[in-house]
Amino acid sequence: MQVSPSHILRSTSVQGYIHSIETCGTVDGPGIRFVIFTAGCPLRCLYCSNPDCRYIENGQKATVDELMEEIQKYTAYMNASGGGVTVSGGEPLYQPHFVAEIFRRCKALGLHTALDTSGYCDLQIAKPVIEQADLVLLDIKSFEPDIYTKVTSVSLEPTLAIANYLNQINKPTWIRFVLVPGLTDATHNVAGLADFVATLTNVEKVEILPFHKMGEYKWEQLGYEYQLKETQPPTPEQVQAAQAIFRSRGINVV
Amino acid sequence: MFEQWQRFNAGNWINEIDVRCFIQTNYTPYEGDESFLVSATERTQTLWNQVTQLMAQEREKGILDADTAVVSTITSHRPGYINRNLEQIVGLQTDKPLKRAIMPFGGIRVVKTSLEAYGYQLNPTTEENFTRYRKTHNDGVFDGYTREMGLARHSGIITGLPDAYGRGRIIGDYRRVPLYGVDRLIGDKKTQLESLEVDTIDTDTIRLREEINEQIKALFELKAMAASYGFEIGCPAANAKEAVQWLYLAYLAAVKEQNGAAMSLGRVSTFLDIYFERDLQQGIATEAELQELIDQFVMKLRMVRFLRTPEYNQLFSGDPTWVTECIGGMGEDGRPLVTKTSFRMLNTLVNLGPAPEPNLTVLWSERLPQAFKRYCAKVSTETSSIQYENDDLMRPYWGDDYAIACCVSAMRIGKQMQFFGARVNLAKCLLYAINGGKDEKSGEQIAPAYAPITADDLDYTEVMQKFDRMMDWLAKAYINTLNVIHFMHDKYCYERLEMALHDRDVFRTMACGIAGLSVVADSLSAIKYANVKVLRDQQGLAIGYQIAGDFPKYGNNDDRVDQIAVDLVKRFMNKLKQHQTYRNAVPTQSVLTITSNVVYGKKTGNTPDGRKAGEPFAPGANPMHGRDSKGAIASLASVAKLPYAYAQDGISNTFSIVPGALGKTEGDRLTNLVGMLDGYFHDGGHHINVNVLNRDMLLEAMDHPELYPQLTIRVSGYAVNFIKLTREQQLDVIKRTFHDRF
Repeated sequence: MQVSPSHILRSTSVQGYIHSIETCGTVDGPGIRFVIFTAGCPLRCLYCSNPDCRYIENGQKATVDELMEEIQKYTAYMNASGGGVTVSGGEPLYQPHFVAEIFRRCKALGLHTALDTSGYCDLQIAKPVIEQADLVLLDIKSFEPDIYTKVTSVSLEPTLAIANYLNQINKPTWIRFVLVPGLTDATHNVAGLADFVATLTNVEKVEILPFHKMGEYKWEQLGYEYQLKETQPPTPEQVQAAQAIFRSRGINVV
Repeated sequence: MFEQWQRFNAGNWINEIDVRCFIQTNYTPYEGDESFLVSATERTQTLWNQVTQLMAQEREKGILDADTAVVSTITSHRPGYINRNLEQIVGLQTDKPLKRAIMPFGGIRVVKTSLEAYGYQLNPTTEENFTRYRKTHNDGVFDGYTREMGLARHSGIITGLPDAYGRGRIIGDYRRVPLYGVDRLIGDKKTQLESLEVDTIDTDTIRLREEINEQIKALFELKAMAASYGFEIGCPAANAKEAVQWLYLAYLAAVKEQNGAAMSLGRVSTFLDIYFERDLQQGIATEAELQELIDQFVMKLRMVRFLRTPEYNQLFSGDPTWVTECIGGMGEDGRPLVTKTSFRMLNTLVNLGPAPEPNLTVLWSERLPQAFKRYCAKVSTETSSIQYENDDLMRPYWGDDYAIACCVSAMRIGKQMQFFGARVNLAKCLLYAINGGKDEKSGEQIAPAYAPITADDLDYTEVMQKFDRMMDWLAKAYINTLNVIHFMHDKYCYERLEMALHDRDVFRTMACGIAGLSVVADSLSAIKYANVKVLRDQQGLAIGYQIAGDFPKYGNNDDRVDQIAVDLVKRFMNKLKQHQTYRNAVPTQSVLTITSNVVYGKKTGNTPDGRKAGEPFAPGANPMHGRDSKGAIASLASVAKLPYAYAQDGISNTFSIVPGALGKTEGDRLTNLVGMLDGYFHDGGHHINVNVLNRDMLLEAMDHPELYPQLTIRVSGYAVNFIKLTREQQLDVIKRTFHDRF
């Protein structure tokens, strides 16, 4: 049977699991963004602010068609602000076909796409998704492998492989790093990341995200034990010190 | 031709009173940024310090001072000054700064109780004059009210009516005074009288002839008042300083004569800019001098005061005067109406700090110059003192020389007025439909005794049938009530000076309003999509509701419920249109609550959406707080669907956001705020208040008001001093629209 291309564009049976959507995303990529938080994540970050996104089966089933219908309601805001669509999570690369399809359809409408990922994914699986993303927000949660594993309970290698691949194909990328006092803020850890980023020519900027506890209540609701109860958010001085490390290497950091 | 008009381009404005034509033929659009702006002069700073000290004393005492005997008229008080040596623009409502005048034509009782509330006694002779010899608007209204009107008012289903105070929401074209001088305007009015020497002298003609004669008297009084300050304003203003002074004196005369609920200024910045540009080109003024004029003019506008009861202040959160000034917008020829003085006006928020008055209103168009858009966003994020209204939406209705009265009511300046009608409580109307016209709180029969709903579970079709019928009754009772009020207001409390600055034949609207839209939309959605069980008391009165199942909620950009809200707006408007109005005013409708959403909530029982009795409504057209699950833009998108064609008196939306949720850097925040406004207005939104505030700061201001004397926030259509809100309203603001997810 022959299927016409317009038919493919119009409808697709691809579906996935989402946690929620946010129509006023302003911190996950440029402009005002429609952010889809997917469900399911292989990482177990100690500071996770969305622990309710852990399990894919706790998500809501959504088809790409449904999402596209929703996204199109907000094009006026995206166009006016230079925004677009961001898929975050959870870990979007946990559902690669789903996310790639969302991006493909967005791009067909001329909408800017951003992938917010930890990079913990087999590169071959990630490639088709990355191909459809105009921008990748890559979270490198620590540069020291041991600390990385302590924070996330998984290994750093896949993330670095993706970072190198993004550089190789010159994909616009923002690196994100969560600064957690006593956990990720050791100077050698930050400097190691800065040194690595300095070798990448595709990175437009580095965002230092100060650790916050706004997700703590969710851990309690879910009956999980929150291990960072005693940890305080970094002071502005601590954030500035970390930024200075990147800046000294000529990296655009905010 | 007057010598004061030298260097102006000629046009029809020379032959006729036509300020718009003067603006269009003479103004200079400005597409640049704010870099030319300057700080306040030393004189202004010293003067402003003096004023803020007076305001601090006023806050402590409730009011600083009040006249207890002299009835305020345009000429009733000797000239007053703050500090004569420093004042570049002069004129006060009474002989002393912030001293309140009494204006008993609206009602003597309210004057007496207001004075007494602050420890003053009304002069017995004044009281006798207004009880024995001179009837007031308030007395007239109560003579006209029917039993039904009394009941509806008492139960609060029709509420906030201007039946004991000045109706306001009339904008004199104050620009006419500097442009033409008062003598020319008097001459024009005399010509109007001649045009009314017609064959049949009927009621309409008699009334208009009497009104115009009153207008002429008011114009003479304006001249006399100006003369007492040493100005001859019979002739046009000759330069920037005179233009601002003349214009202010005209406005001052209005606020000496009328204690109107909203005493809006109009759209003066771009008009004044023509004088400013002329002085700059001739080298007779510097930027610092021009900014000083605007700063000091605005300082005076911030000092406008009316004597009102503490309850009134509680209802409206402080002491609002709604000195609304419109900035920007586009001309019909496609040129932006943004000038350097548009920037200078916004710059007063920086030079004098944030303030609720004047109520600065930016008329937004997607086509406004980008630099101006960004500057607005910048001032918004720093001061939360600006509201935005959709010029692209309103211009087709009202042309390019309209202004906003009060919060959201557009009117052609000098050509149109409204009969302000406050609003009805639509949520209560729904409960009356369920209870067969009985009030859900008192059990009293207020509306006609239609058959109540007796089933245990609410059926959507049945509820809609009964609700529709109850809305029929409400619309009729409402228009009838407004007819009484405005008949009496014209008769006993006519706005002589404001109407003197209008054309002979004005277009009148009957400005009705609805409150509780989101409560009703969600209630109907719950009834339609979930299961709502009625809980009744022993008398069979429905007093509570139990909801089983989920239902779509207004504010999530979900058409299943948003279209219910749209239908309500259309439906009620169509009902209003069916009734005969006083002076053939054209009915319009607003979705606006001012801050009385808290009080309406208090007076309304449990509602089928799950809202508990006494809980505040959402303000204006806002979705109920805590019911949005898709974020701020979805909420904006729901409100933008409400059809302006059916709510031409305005649709108010209040938006509060913490800075971090607008973006990480200042540049991002400005881009995103501009994008948000462009998107909202592109999609048909009418109005939005923008607050960029930290929740923590508000919490601290609640406990330490003395540290935040100027903290301003935008609420339904206007701005207030946060510290003047009641604690309840403060908590409501904090709880309500904070979009802080990030």
